[in-house]
Amino acid sequence: MSTLVIAEHDNSSLKAATLNTVAAAQQLGADIDILVVGGSCGDVATAAAAVPGVGKVLVADNAAYEHQLAENVSQLVAEVATGYDNVLAPATPNCKNFMPRVAALLDVGQISDIIAVDSPDTFQRPIYAGNVIATVQSADAKKVITVRTTAFDGVPAEGGSASVESVDSVHDAGLSSFVSEEVAESDRPELTSASVVISGGRGMQNGENFKLLDGIADKLNAAIGASRAAVDAGFVPNDMQVGQTGKIVAPDLYIAVGISGAIQHLAGMKDSKVIVAINKDEDAPIFQVSDYGLVADLFEALPELESKI
Amino acid sequence: MKVLVAVKRVVDYNVKVRAKADGSDVDLNNVKMAINPFCEIAVEEAVRLKEAGVATEVIAVSIGDKSCQEQIRTALALGADRGIQVDVETAAEPLVVAKLLKGVVDKEAPQLVILGKQSIDGDNNQTGQMLGALANMPQGTFASEVVIDGDKVNVTREVDGGLQTVSLTLPAIVTTDLRLNEPRYASLPNIMKAKKKQLDVYTADDLGVTVTKHLTQVKVVPPPERQEGIKVADVDELVDKLKNEAKVIS
Ligand SMILES: Cc1cc2nc3c(=O)[nH]c(=O)nc-3n(C[C@H](O)[C@H](O)[C@H](O)COP(=O)(O)OP(=O)(O)OC[C@H]3O[C@@H](n4cnc5c(N)ncnc54)[C@H](O)[C@@H]3O)c2cc1C
Repeated sequence: MSTLVIAEHDNSSLKAATLNTVAAAQQLGADIDILVVGGSCGDVATAAAAVPGVGKVLVADNAAYEHQLAENVSQLVAEVATGYDNVLAPATPNCKNFMPRVAALLDVGQISDIIAVDSPDTFQRPIYAGNVIATVQSADAKKVITVRTTAFDGVPAEGGSASVESVDSVHDAGLSSFVSEEVAESDRPELTSASVVISGGRGMQNGENFKLLDGIADKLNAAIGASRAAVDAGFVPNDMQVGQTGKIVAPDLYIAVGISGAIQHLAGMKDSKVIVAINKDEDAPIFQVSDYGLVADLFEALPELESKI
Repeated sequence: MKVLVAVKRVVDYNVKVRAKADGSDVDLNNVKMAINPFCEIAVEEAVRLKEAGVATEVIAVSIGDKSCQEQIRTALALGADRGIQVDVETAAEPLVVAKLLKGVVDKEAPQLVILGKQSIDGDNNQTGQMLGALANMPQGTFASEVVIDGDKVNVTREVDGGLQTVSLTLPAIVTTDLRLNEPRYASLPNIMKAKKKQLDVYTADDLGVTVTKHLTQVKVVPPPERQEGIKVADVDELVDKLKNEAKVIS
């Protein structure tokens, strides 16, 4: 038995999501190799080789893969996957984009977003916005799986010394091309792996007011998130959305500010260790899942909180 | 240009779904059903392309038993021209749905297929991408903008860190994200008109697809309950609790 883990990266650094995925892969009890698909991604391969418990790192480094175009990446992954029993990738926006194509090319089902491995063919995954947890068994000989990273503690990033081999086959489907990217640079920790997250909702009223969260985030080394309502209203960019259809987070501390607590939002944060809610409506559903609730006007509470931590 | 839109019948998004006591499945008795919100956005996008003179015909397709005709009629009331139901008895898995949609694509030869990025019941986020692989079509998933440009379509996608724009050769697949558009409400006259629009029914056999089973649901259980916490009186108490009780800040 052998397992292939697809690395999440940005061509320069290996993302923590890969380490969570390796942890999930270990539970399958098979040998693990990592596949790095990208363009000018040599540093990522070096980093992947340092992950303990990995047999070898395969690197497909070509301009056709630089922007992770699903049409190209999926063909490469499907080709490499022929030598493996399991293919695992983190359930990141990037891997969610190409993994189902891989599954279809291999004519197998995909098991999305697993949160537990019961046995090599049986897994748990949340459905209906996490209102129920389903146990599913796969009948396919080859398993294509995406992993909810917050459900598995990552393996260490250092300590291993896997060999690195290059994969030379180039798949350029010629169907798609990269045009442009608008990516906000941030010095803050990544939303999905930060140990503290502070999120703002519609109650923040506008984008300018999100600055009220900055000082607190600075002091707690927190990432900043948002509800769908705050994103839809244009207060903050889309990649800050936490929830069923946004990012899933499970930090040690989650602070929800001016967020009512709709099921779709809870689906993305209710596995956080400690939840704090600040809301002026004492009946807001967010208080039902929060450990510490503060009924207050956020415009008064936030500056005070910043000064006292 | 023909546009095919896939729509799914799901539990209404306001419903808090529960597991049945015996754990065999979720309890959907007497629960309100609706068109999947992402599919509604897909229909809206297709209809706007028609109103802009880019699309000539919008076809709404759903895979399911007879009850999904209700959601096809909803799509027709929102402005789709005709409907197709692919009749399958039990809920089909994403790979099977993708194969059935491929069958419809082969029959209809649309230039654009628009689907929701995920359905809010299974939360799989697979079907559009799988259809892309099966039909060898490029895909623009998690779309927040779709612009047809000659024989290409430019799709702006919601990705990690922001937005990415890709250019795809038609025919292509688009899966919708929340910010693509705000769907309209169907007017009463349009709901009446929708009842008379053409709706064809195919079987998997008609499309030459064998319905296979890849995943078995063994059981469903409720998620671990969170204990309801306490209300703190003020910011001082909150800071004290976080420092000394929860010990999550220092
Ligand atoms: C298909 C679908 C997918 C969705 N996916 C997501 C998702 O992934 N993530 C997500 O978050 N939502 C999602 N939603 C939306 C979700 O249903 C809610 O609409 C949304 O979460 C509401 O955001 P909110 O809590 O910020 O806004 P509201 O519900 O409007 O709540 C605002 C809160 O702010 C409080 N408030 C206002 N002013 C103040 C003040 N001065 N001080 C303190 N408190 C104040 C109010 O009391 C209120 O509780 C989805 C919906 C659908 C249909």
